[in-house]
Amino acid sequence: MSSTITEKILAAHAGQKTVKPNDLLEIDVDVVLSNDVTAPIAITEFRRVGVKTVFDKDKVVMVADHYVPGKDVKSAEQAKFMREFAEEQDLTNYFDVGCGGVEHALLPEKGLIKPGDAVIGADSHTCTYGALGAFATGMGSTDIAAAMATGKIWVKVPASLKFVYNGRPGRWVYGKDLMLAAIGRVGVDGALYKAMEFTGEAIDEMSVDQRLSMTNMAIEAGAKNGIMAPNQATLDYVRSRTDAPFTVYASDADAAYEEVFEFDAGEIEPLVAFPHLPSNVRPISQVGTVPINQVVIGSCTNGRLEDMRVAAEVLRGHKAAKNVRLIVIPATQEVYRAAMKEGLFDVFLDANAAVSTPTCGPCLGGHMGVLAAGERAVATTNRNFVGRMGHKESEVYLANPAVAAASAILGRIGGPDEI
Amino acid sequence: MKYKGNAFKYGRDINTDDIIAAKYLVSWDKTELGKNCMETIDPDFVKNVKPGDIIVAEENFGCGSSREHAPMAIEGAGVSVVIAKSFARIFYRNSLNTGLPLLESPEAVDGITAGDAIEVDTESGKITDVTTGQSWQAKPYPPFMQELIKAGGLINYIKEKRG
Repeated sequence: MSSTITEKILAAHAGQKTVKPNDLLEIDVDVVLSNDVTAPIAITEFRRVGVKTVFDKDKVVMVADHYVPGKDVKSAEQAKFMREFAEEQDLTNYFDVGCGGVEHALLPEKGLIKPGDAVIGADSHTCTYGALGAFATGMGSTDIAAAMATGKIWVKVPASLKFVYNGRPGRWVYGKDLMLAAIGRVGVDGALYKAMEFTGEAIDEMSVDQRLSMTNMAIEAGAKNGIMAPNQATLDYVRSRTDAPFTVYASDADAAYEEVFEFDAGEIEPLVAFPHLPSNVRPISQVGTVPINQVVIGSCTNGRLEDMRVAAEVLRGHKAAKNVRLIVIPATQEVYRAAMKEGLFDVFLDANAAVSTPTCGPCLGGHMGVLAAGERAVATTNRNFVGRMGHKESEVYLANPAVAAASAILGRIGGPDEI
Repeated sequence: MKYKGNAFKYGRDINTDDIIAAKYLVSWDKTELGKNCMETIDPDFVKNVKPGDIIVAEENFGCGSSREHAPMAIEGAGVSVVIAKSFARIFYRNSLNTGLPLLESPEAVDGITAGDAIEVDTESGKITDVTTGQSWQAKPYPPFMQELIKAGGLINYIKEKRG
């Protein structure tokens, strides 16, 4: 029987030869992730199971990233609750302020995700890791608690949707735009409960950073997971970060898909998702005049080194417009140091950017860039829901780092071709 | 279980930021979270909702973040059941785990008007609009999920299995 990459990974983790969509499986998981917002509930539920220790202290991963460095007393208490549990359980992979960064940029960097892995996390953007050829999906804290105790979780095998990107993307077009094109086509529940599998020339040739920014947003179409067969760049990346063995899976040529969507990557313009849904996309040529107050470049979608380089390329020699607050947030300590060493911080600081320590911060309206009533932001993040970055009468426009940087200079939404 | 309450109606794609804004994710107490439920899209909700009331929404209810705080906030606000045309998957799992009953019935959603008195039997899936006298049959939970619910959620289910 022919299978998709998602079906093969799930079958392997359930100890079965093959599986088919809608099969209910109990799978062994390779990584169980939570963060400072979701871990406290997971830990509380874990205590109820009646086991003393987590199933594997190397595989239960905790990252302080949402409200760190502590934004107020309550968030500091939550982080402390998680920190004490990590110490008690002697977790190998606990990452606090100064040692980590935004979880979905961090775990691949630390070599914790390998092709063929099954990864679950109490964060909806856990789907990011699919770019490395893993099955990865977000769940809630109680599911994570159960897996922390047992190393297993129940999963229904998703049907797969195939997104084929033929050709090569043009100048200033990145994985982010290819993904927004897909979400714009199918809608925010167009892939509900399903696997989004990305293939085609554009995907095969894509850098690891851009691939991660694509699968990151699979949840924005409602998907259970986003996934890509590892390309050479991915294999090189993983091998440079871990010595652990792994299995590379790919879909069979005659695997069954519920639907196939084709795109000509060369025809896709930089896209902007207007408020208040990620599916509400417009090409940069058709955005009209939208004045802005803030630009945020960072997050688990676009806070990696390539994103920093793209932003710097546009910003070099320019300044943010007088009325725009430009906030740049390298997603991890490693990205931060690399960007600094490459001299990108000079470019950002010359552009009057505030360069922040790694945090999820403004993406979810937490801190470090919350919007006031009536304000508009262009952000390289993943959600533009009502009030997502602050006041319910503020607006978030999602774009790639080049568009975000150009918009900062222009003081309105615009592309780098205008600079 | 049987529940009775008045209907609060919402549109499609109600996301978890709508249900409980991220700024409130510094607590994991249901009652505390319930105080700010639906604040962004319906500031009067917590003033008007009474224990047992029912949320009725269009497609993709609970999309967005994985925060389990969302079903907890709904429960904390006193809501007994959510009826929708469809649910986002993480929210669905979370509700199962936290004990918030969900029923899927596009017909009921179309038939119910905001403020109607609604009766729900979660075991049989029967939804009755007492105000209009109409009734509908929701999709039953798949057998495995019925087992989870019967056990009282995932953690109790695991405890049972471990003996």
